[in-house]
Amino acid sequence: MTAPAIELKDVSKSFGNISVIRDLNLTVAQGERHALIGPNGAGKSTTFNLITGYIAPTSGTVKLRGQEISGLPPYQINRRGLSRSFQVTNVFANMSVWENLRCAVLWTAGYRYAFWKNIDNLPEVRDRTAEILSEIGLTARRDVPAGLLTYAEQRALEIGITVAGGADVILLDEPTAGMSHAETDLAVALIRRLTERRTLVIVEHDMSVVFGLADRISVLVYGHVIATGMPDEIRSDPRVKEAYLGQEAA
Amino acid sequence: MLELIIISTLNGILFGMLLFLMASGLTLIFSMLGVLNFAHASFYMLGAFFGFQISRWLGFWPALFIAPLLAGALGAAVERFGLRRVHRNGHVAELLFTFGLAFVIEEIVQIIWGKSPVDFRIPSSLDFPAFQIFSTNYPAYKMFMLLASITIFVGLLLVLTKSRVGLIVQAALTHPHMVGHLGHNVERIFMLVFGVGTALAAIAGVIAGPALVTQSNMAALLGPILFVVVVVGGLGSLPGAFVASLLIGLIQTFAVSINGSLAEAFGPLSPAYAHTWLADIWDVTVAQIAPIIPYLLLVLILVFRPMGLLGTRET
Amino acid sequence: MSELTTSVAPPYPPLSEKLRFYGLWVAAALILLILPKVFGSGGALTTFSLIGISIIFSLSYNILLGQTGMLSFGHAVYYGLGGFLVIHSINLIGANKLPIPLPFVPLIGGLTGLFFAALLGWVSTKRSGTAFAMISLGVAELIASSALILRTFFGGEAGISANRTKLFRFFAWNFGPQIQIYYLIAAWTLLAVIAMYALTRTPLGRMCNAVRDNPERVRFVGYNPHVIRYLAFCFAGFFAGIAGALAAINFEIANAAYLGALQSGAVLYSTYIGGVGYFIGPIVGAIFVTLLSLNLSDMTSVWQLYFGLIFIAVVTFAPGGITGLLMMHRPLIKGGSLGRVLPYYAIAFVPTLAMIVGLVLAIETIVHYSLNPSGDPNIRAFGIGFNASSPIVWLIALVLIIAGFFIARRTWSWLAHVWDEALTTARDKGYHT
Repeated sequence: MTAPAIELKDVSKSFGNISVIRDLNLTVAQGERHALIGPNGAGKSTTFNLITGYIAPTSGTVKLRGQEISGLPPYQINRRGLSRSFQVTNVFANMSVWENLRCAVLWTAGYRYAFWKNIDNLPEVRDRTAEILSEIGLTARRDVPAGLLTYAEQRALEIGITVAGGADVILLDEPTAGMSHAETDLAVALIRRLTERRTLVIVEHDMSVVFGLADRISVLVYGHVIATGMPDEIRSDPRVKEAYLGQEAA
Repeated sequence: MLELIIISTLNGILFGMLLFLMASGLTLIFSMLGVLNFAHASFYMLGAFFGFQISRWLGFWPALFIAPLLAGALGAAVERFGLRRVHRNGHVAELLFTFGLAFVIEEIVQIIWGKSPVDFRIPSSLDFPAFQIFSTNYPAYKMFMLLASITIFVGLLLVLTKSRVGLIVQAALTHPHMVGHLGHNVERIFMLVFGVGTALAAIAGVIAGPALVTQSNMAALLGPILFVVVVVGGLGSLPGAFVASLLIGLIQTFAVSINGSLAEAFGPLSPAYAHTWLADIWDVTVAQIAPIIPYLLLVLILVFRPMGLLGTRET
Repeated sequence: MSELTTSVAPPYPPLSEKLRFYGLWVAAALILLILPKVFGSGGALTTFSLIGISIIFSLSYNILLGQTGMLSFGHAVYYGLGGFLVIHSINLIGANKLPIPLPFVPLIGGLTGLFFAALLGWVSTKRSGTAFAMISLGVAELIASSALILRTFFGGEAGISANRTKLFRFFAWNFGPQIQIYYLIAAWTLLAVIAMYALTRTPLGRMCNAVRDNPERVRFVGYNPHVIRYLAFCFAGFFAGIAGALAAINFEIANAAYLGALQSGAVLYSTYIGGVGYFIGPIVGAIFVTLLSLNLSDMTSVWQLYFGLIFIAVVTFAPGGITGLLMMHRPLIKGGSLGRVLPYYAIAFVPTLAMIVGLVLAIETIVHYSLNPSGDPNIRAFGIGFNASSPIVWLIALVLIIAGFFIARRTWSWLAHVWDEALTTARDKGYHT
């Protein structure tokens, strides 16, 4: 039995006296599309930050494919094949779309800190960057500085940067936030395409996205997972309804 | 020996308090506005020179009150008409603005008052020995400096923790956006904090002017040490600035009075090494390297505790 | 290379563009070769030499500031250490008759700069942003102050001197005359510029830019920003060492001022005024500031004050520097809307110039009264004579400043309005940069 892609065991995180995450247990199988939902302030972004090494857990362990990664710095976790997008668009504003994607490709392409090669003459880098560029549909905006893109374009670029390095565990933090219906549909199709045969953990508020995309869902309330399971189970779970989806007849 | 220790401790605390008067204003400005005021030591210098000029016309005691007010008003104007405009150009531009300002202030001071020290005298009402420690007279003016700094520090603490403005400032220190959303005029608070911060530096200048040398290179000499204080204490931490100020004040004062060197401790080097760099290090006294000890401390802190002693904020 | 890439990726530059690119470098080399034939005076040669040194130093500084987003107040340390080691090397080589001719000596300076940057860099680059700036200041003060303590190596206040003509001749040149020094500096300048430009076209160079824009994101694409900053620091130190070496060779002396805060401030100044956002910015800045500093001191006694005021003005109104200002117009030129804007520039120029003239009058008058109150009130500034004690002059200055300010403000807002329209036109046509 292969190790789960991501496993959080009894993870707690406090900032000073404030306990943000309490005894969090979460398991994401390899190849699974897993959604993390919950009310605002439940600790979803904090959970992401814990998994991706932005902050270290106060107690408990975080494992990636069976290997412990709690306390490792983000770049090392990224090098082991885990990549994340950000809630607030986090691109390289002064560089063009092409250059943004190219930066995301460099490390896994093996070029590290090379200062003896001309970056315009690396065929594999060009190929990979072109591939992602056409996947996210920004070919027409290739040379535009990222800071000048529209919001939806920046979100697409954000996702592109996240998957460009070839990571097989992808974490997306509210990728469709602020999008219209049409834009959301496009984004969901893009996400589905880009995460074929990869593991996806997605934080979302848009329930249609969640129920349309996820294989399994975990519900986070006050820093603790109160329910986890298939979409239908979650939809009919009374605890979840009470805490998050809205109370039906009691 | 004990006499030396007591006097050095008093002088060290005094120097530390002066440093803190400046470092506190600097930290407040940095925490609130996000810009490290490179020209902070320049306002210290302006305080000293304004104090000198006004004391020439009106006497020391009026100068003590008017000079900081003048400098603070200038500081508020700098924030309102200069820094606020530069803010949209980014953090680097803000820092460089204050850097250029420091340079220009030094030039202007040089033009108006010249390059030599000016004769800023201790007021005759304070020009007597306060008490004797063993065989040395400790000047009353220094006691005044110490008492004045402590009073201001206590006053600052009270204002910050007990007054309404102080509480708003405390809130804005960590969450400036939130304070704006709550309806407070954040821009006016910024201007106030900048004005008060620079006024604090100016008071330090007025007080220190008669005791230390009042000269147009004052800012350039003290500036780097001030920045070491805030980095060592932890950028953005007032308690850290306090600890670091006292630490550096004491260390430097003690170092200046130590005439020991490696040569004294271990005996002279053999003549073969007489004109090498080894001889330079061997013969130098602790007193001679006293000016660079703060920078050594800086490097040590960086190696072992990069966030500073009590640091909380990443830049 | 796949079909997809051919259709999607930016095309490889066509031969014509490549030729144009290499042609530019060849042209630069030719210009450097024939420059002394056109301006052959001793003063001109010295000026060119100083400009060359400043170009290398400023470009090295921009590796830190413009490319990696690191503001350093202590870059002169690596410049100065390179200079000192070269002076000592020249003395050593000359005394021991080692077969190392002068043209190879700047490399020693470069390696010195690299060594010390590698030594101090890891600790210096632990923090970024404001903390890094203060750390660089502290480390620089540490080294500069140590220079006065370690007298054997640094020569105390007087510094150390060397005789550059004592080395082995290089094709019959002993590098005594300034013209030979000019060619030495010109050759090294060209090499350094090419090398530093090449660096920007490498993976490391690009990731430096990424760290500048968003160090947070850099971590999440697999890179350690600390390592990137450290490597940039080392490269910057290397080229600064070369600049310091050439300065030491040019003046045949190295002293503590090479390492000091003023020197660090000077390179920051040149680089920033030239413009940190473009590779050519520091080159423009080096030329402009060197010429300005050589000439301004002849025109007024308080040229440093003007320097400071110019700096503040650039930081406030033109943070992109000279090249930033010029490049800002590129989309307008491409989109054909530049012509719309030019008349408004002319209109805004007049009251701005008036205001500046008024300010200069006021400053020079105040300076006169501060420095020499009882002296002759007929002073000259910027080649123009006027009577500093005449109330008419004061009135003129006041009117120029006040009226100039208010009118200038109005005309600049007209300009801004027209500029926005012109930029939108250009952007609609697809020209963004």
